Amino acid sequence: MSQTDVRMDGSPELRGERQATPGSAGRRRERLMVPKATFDSYYGRPVLNEPTWQAPDIAGYLFLGGLAGASSTLAAAAELTGRPRLARAAKVGALGALGGSLYALIHDLGRPERFVNMLRVFKVTSPMSVGTWILSVYGPHAGAAAATDVTGLFPGLGRAATVGAGIAGPAVATYTAALICDTAVPVWHEAYREMPFLFAGSAAASAGGLGMLAAPLSEAGPARRAALLGAAVEVAAAARMERRLGPLAEPLKRSRLLRLGEALSLAGALAGASVGRRSRVAAVAAGAALLAGSACTRFGIFRAGMESANDPKHTVQPQRRRLAQARAERDLT
Amino acid sequence: MAFDLDERLGDSGRVGFFTDTSICIGCKACEVACKEWNHVPDDGLTFTGWSYDNTMKLSADTWRHVAFVEQRRPLGHQEPGVGELDFRWLMASDVCKHCTHAACLDVCPTGSLFRTEYGTVVVQEDICNGCGYCVPACPFGVIGKRETSGTAAKCTMCYDRLGAGEEPACAKTCPTDSIQFGDLDELRERAERRLEQVRAAGVGSARLYGHDPDDGVGGMGAFFLLLDEPEVYGLPPDPVVTTRDLPSMWRHVGVAAVALLAGVAATAWRRR
Repeated sequence: MSQTDVRMDGSPELRGERQATPGSAGRRRERLMVPKATFDSYYGRPVLNEPTWQAPDIAGYLFLGGLAGASSTLAAAAELTGRPRLARAAKVGALGALGGSLYALIHDLGRPERFVNMLRVFKVTSPMSVGTWILSVYGPHAGAAAATDVTGLFPGLGRAATVGAGIAGPAVATYTAALICDTAVPVWHEAYREMPFLFAGSAAASAGGLGMLAAPLSEAGPARRAALLGAAVEVAAAARMERRLGPLAEPLKRSRLLRLGEALSLAGALAGASVGRRSRVAAVAAGAALLAGSACTRFGIFRAGMESANDPKHTVQPQRRRLAQARAERDLT
Repeated sequence: MAFDLDERLGDSGRVGFFTDTSICIGCKACEVACKEWNHVPDDGLTFTGWSYDNTMKLSADTWRHVAFVEQRRPLGHQEPGVGELDFRWLMASDVCKHCTHAACLDVCPTGSLFRTEYGTVVVQEDICNGCGYCVPACPFGVIGKRETSGTAAKCTMCYDRLGAGEEPACAKTCPTDSIQFGDLDELRERAERRLEQVRAAGVGSARLYGHDPDDGVGGMGAFFLLLDEPEVYGLPPDPVVTTRDLPSMWRHVGVAAVALLAGVAATAWRRR
């Protein structure tokens, strides 16, 4: 690896002798004359520093945050349409997932006792700052919704908190896409168009799974439909992401966790919508599969990002292609 | 003889480094001076076998890193003096770029990272809670999280020395003036002149890196004269501040959130 001989003529301004100038062949061609990207690295070292985030904490949070947010929305929808037992299951589930989220987020800090420093500022340029404030609004609502439902105290306040948490929930479930995409990690950053939809779908699937797991068959209709819709959106967003990213999608395509997550989500959603309507056992199994599928998807996305950060080619090659494209376009005009 | 910061500060008020790698001799005095002045803890003694580089990369505990690259290529018109063998040995002292559009600063959720009065980017150690967001945000792999303190750390361009009217320790100690410190605008002009000189000497592969205010990070506060492609030195060829796409990211998040709300609401539409 110590030999970094790219080409004997190292001048960036000079073309190799046998390399044609675009348009020199006489007629205008359709194809842009983009030179094949050469790639080099410093002893194979990654260009980026590896994210210090730990998978159980941050990938776990991506899953739990999505579960909490979408469950709160499902709870509000269930409560407003007269399905109290589904509503209660979703509210308690949301609070539990929120507790796990907060634990994971604080545990991942280098200085956990300083977590309140997050509240010093509000910065739209930092999805983590925005997320902190979203959680600060959502958390008390979700807590009050679950507490009033379980204890039966203050039903009016409970309903207001349920609706509030239901409206804030989708923000909790989707901002995490901006959180990981707003980095230099190649796969995460480049996938920012599909990531929020993938996360929204995965969140809805997991919340539907939880509803099927915990609510009686007679009330679980919205959960079954949310799971089906969520799984479909998740799989479609993932497919589009892999297609659009081109060569950069390699860590996504190679990920067994992502394939497993898709399979579990689809199987759970389809089983839930069919046999899960009649059999309580089938509904529980489908719900568990959906929860596991959503977790696999989040850990898969997390791992694929780490992999792309640790491989210099995923940083250098797309940037080289971008430069070559810009140069070719400049030459043509 | 004393270094006068006020005299060096131009209209922009922004200081920077110009690292001319064509005259770097790989002595690593910058690495040592930085560690000593800034009390940067030791981060292990490793033998890598990568030419003379055992420092490997910038991190929380390495704020200057000298890269060594051995190539079978001639260096300008120079005679290597070893017969027919073409050989050149590239050395380059890497450092935090103190970007005009700094991703680490943008994403910091505590306000620990801030822009100083000199246009540099500095971590406030007593504010940082070690969330680690700045680490994957940096397109150059500069900033890191220090294991011993749990907080982020990187080059401060010797903020304390600047305050006392002194130049940064690495620039002060550099024996060949490969590391030059001063007013950023003036350094850019000086770099252009130096580039012409080096090219005239037959090194056609010389180029400036990070001097252009129109690049993806709005120009770097620490820029370089390189003798090969940036990636050969472990630098990204076309770095872009990740927050450039953030407005679009927020729009996509917004649409997805509304769709999630509407979708889940629709699933419960049919009353029992």
